Amino acid sequence: MDKLSKENKEYLIKRNTNEYEVVIGLEVHAQVLSESKLFSTSPTKFGSEPNTQVSLVDAAFPGMLPVINEFCIKQAIKTGIGLNAKINKKSIFDRKNYFYADLPQGYQISQYKNPIVGEGTVTLDLPNGEKKIGIERLHLEQDAGKSIHDIDPNNTLVDLNRSGVALMEIVSKPDLRSLDEVNSYIKKLRSIMRYLGTCDGNMQEGSLRADVNVSVRKKGSKELGTRCEIKNVNSIKFMQMAIDYEANRQVDVIEEGGSIDQETRLFDTKKNETRSMRSKEDAHDYRYFPDPDLLPLELDENFINDIKKNIPELPDEKKKRFIEKFKLSPYEANILVSDIDTSKYFEEVSKNSDVKLATNWITGELFALLNEKNLEITESPISSKNLSKLINLIKKGTISGKIAKTIFELMSDGDKDPEKIVEEKGLKQQSDPKELEKIIDKIISENPKNVELYKSGKDKLFGFFVGQVMKSSGGKANPQLVNEILKKKLN
Amino acid sequence: MSNIIDLKLFELVEKIKKKEISSTEVTKAFIDRSQKSKKLNSYITENFENALQKAKQFDEKPDFNKKLPSIPLAVKDLFCTKNIRTTAGSKILENFIPTYESTVTQNILNEGGIIIGKLNCDEFAMGSSNETSFFGNVQNPISENLVPGGSSGGSSSALAAKLTPATIGTDTGGSIRQPASFTGTVGLKPTYGSCSRYGIVAFASSLDQAGPMTQNVKDCALMLEVISSYDNKDSTSVDFKRGQYLKDLNENIKGKKIGIPKQYRVDGMPKEIDELWKKGMKIIEDNGGEIIEINLPNTNYALPTYYIVAPAEASSNLARYDGVKYGFRSKGENLIDMYEKTRSEGFGDEVKRRIMIGTYVLSSGYYDAYYLKAQKVRRLIKNDFDEAYKKVDAILTPSTPSSAFKIGEKTNDPVSMYLNDIFTVPINLAGLPAISIPAGHDKSGYPLGLQVIGKAFDEQNILNIAYSIEKNINFKNNINDWWIN
Repeated sequence: MDKLSKENKEYLIKRNTNEYEVVIGLEVHAQVLSESKLFSTSPTKFGSEPNTQVSLVDAAFPGMLPVINEFCIKQAIKTGIGLNAKINKKSIFDRKNYFYADLPQGYQISQYKNPIVGEGTVTLDLPNGEKKIGIERLHLEQDAGKSIHDIDPNNTLVDLNRSGVALMEIVSKPDLRSLDEVNSYIKKLRSIMRYLGTCDGNMQEGSLRADVNVSVRKKGSKELGTRCEIKNVNSIKFMQMAIDYEANRQVDVIEEGGSIDQETRLFDTKKNETRSMRSKEDAHDYRYFPDPDLLPLELDENFINDIKKNIPELPDEKKKRFIEKFKLSPYEANILVSDIDTSKYFEEVSKNSDVKLATNWITGELFALLNEKNLEITESPISSKNLSKLINLIKKGTISGKIAKTIFELMSDGDKDPEKIVEEKGLKQQSDPKELEKIIDKIISENPKNVELYKSGKDKLFGFFVGQVMKSSGGKANPQLVNEILKKKLN
Repeated sequence: MSNIIDLKLFELVEKIKKKEISSTEVTKAFIDRSQKSKKLNSYITENFENALQKAKQFDEKPDFNKKLPSIPLAVKDLFCTKNIRTTAGSKILENFIPTYESTVTQNILNEGGIIIGKLNCDEFAMGSSNETSFFGNVQNPISENLVPGGSSGGSSSALAAKLTPATIGTDTGGSIRQPASFTGTVGLKPTYGSCSRYGIVAFASSLDQAGPMTQNVKDCALMLEVISSYDNKDSTSVDFKRGQYLKDLNENIKGKKIGIPKQYRVDGMPKEIDELWKKGMKIIEDNGGEIIEINLPNTNYALPTYYIVAPAEASSNLARYDGVKYGFRSKGENLIDMYEKTRSEGFGDEVKRRIMIGTYVLSSGYYDAYYLKAQKVRRLIKNDFDEAYKKVDAILTPSTPSSAFKIGEKTNDPVSMYLNDIFTVPINLAGLPAISIPAGHDKSGYPLGLQVIGKAFDEQNILNIAYSIEKNINFKNNINDWWIN
């Protein structure tokens, strides 16, 4: 009864003699990065005092009307372009009608039949190669407010700060097949949106949440199984846990001769299980209809083209460029481009120093340091400017790689200039051949036995002499020169 | 000066500008008469003291450059007015005091107007007789126990009774023109998009439009000039060049082609209405206009279409009155129970009826058959007018198929009540401007109106045609102040 077949790259669930494939589709809700809300001028700042970011429109006062925020439209178009998707020149805002205390209008303004963005693709970089995931659509909608049930024992309190904030719902095709793919997909979406500046991707603040559609089918089957939708999961880890639980639950039902009911489920993060929320029969009738307060959104070709012209280099293109121009491996390129801030840092360092060394130092020492201190690269204690200086010192032979590591540590305390550290601590590499010869001669004369042994064929002793020279120079001797001179003297 | 209330709006403006009368005198006169006229129940909320103060302030520091220099006006209680209670005729907003001003009333304030009160109306403007108001029936000053029309019934009553020199209403299916017709006054529904809907309690968003209600066409032109404006707070507001309706008002209709739609001759229509219509045609011809028979083949479908589209939008627009944020709230066991009790107790029967119809026609499985089909028919109705306007400049019809009826006469028969809007509803569906002007009386002496329908944004043209008819038809309202002891 083992749940996961880990050795296989495929994510399959085995029961008895049957193998099941898991089919996953995601509806990601990404908060649009925007100063003000989708249909009002209220600010969107996260973490403000309850009900301080609310206009009369957001609270649905009588006679208040929505007015489209053009910036949010541009953000959605940008994102659509980043998803290689079709931008629809005409889209329509609809009302999704339902009653809830944190939904002041009694309806959510969303896009139903005519979304602003149509089909597109996202490319995943998986260990065994690339995989394309289809995008069904992207539409704009308002977020609801927040109901708080645990402050007042007798009443539910409502905070409308989020009411009316713009969300992009990005719906994938059911193309995902494993927990790793889900992880990679969310990260890639997040990366693209952060490159574009259309969503900060902050899952802790709820800027990125997802409804997860899961179904299972016997391996090899072409037909899709009946799906269940798990609502509002807010971290990649929880998505993976929810999918794993839900897929296994479905397999169990089928193996026991049952069938899957199409339903909406909730993921309980404490119990690590999904629970039925409502069945298809109980599904809300949202009575969608075009919002008569808003005219259809018609986009000009030029308006779209202007946005296209200003799209920055996105992770896929950047990766390609890094591989071609800098001769990085796809693996290295991936690491450096996946986060926009890392890629920025890398480009700043490598602009003024050796690319190969920059790659190694960033993915090695710097990442280790950031990990240890639990910092984002934007908070790095070592600036890109000083790291490139350090790399140049290595490249010029002013310091050895070993000394560089010591200097790196010193730099991390208050972003110190490596050139100054070298000067102050006298860590400059000994590269004067005459000085080195003096040291080497001394070592040779002090170790006649080993010289003899070396000459008689014990090549390994060469390392001994290098070590002695380095030791006597306090680690500052230029290792390359030491090698050269030693070889000359000993042979 | 006992005759202040008999002055037309434009005369009041002139006299104030010439300093022949003060704003305080004018305001006092209308307030005095309003206070003597409580029996009409035209007002929901009075703002008399505040208005008098404003008038005094104006007299101390007058600004005669305004179009309505300190003119006291009462307005329909569907317009949100800052710091003045706004109820929409409903219990659910019985104690609602907005912190904001509708664009239309703001335009009035900007031009110097003073709000003396909020006028009764059908609940959420749903009705044709002002009988659905939570604040009670309104009497038509024409005769006791006669409805003033609806939904702008408080407005038509107050205007005809001279409690206000002019007023504004809203018109979703005839709510300005029908009450104007029932009270012998002038009412204009502008082109959809001419007046901002910002701050007007919504009934049916794609049909609602504010408009002037006045004693005569000249006042109507003046009021339209004041209230019509482009407003970026309303996405359906249209940025067209608005005319100088008053300055450009003239009675010359020589060469104008006026269409007469044969579909507006309905069975059972009183003989007087047909005669009145013919009289209107004759005046047009006498003044150099040309009468052309036209075809509006989908007219019959207008009423059923309207009674799908309007309730559908209303069912959604009224969802915000849920007891959570403002307005009336009833205690409930839980959220759902609170919703049910609040809305059951807060809304009246007609509103509930329309919410139910609207919810039904939008439901999955019925949407295509009702709402979607209605939208298609709406397009056909609009096309009918587009076709007609290839041949004519405007269209002349009766405003209503009957004169005012008795209070209570139709309250138990919603369909017969709905039929009252048969001549006005198609115009809202097509988004066109139309004006109703008083043109004669039926055998009981109740007023009857004629409707002039125009092309979109062609308000000046229908004002001119109405002006020409008004000058030649010699209508006089018979009001004997029966309600004043």
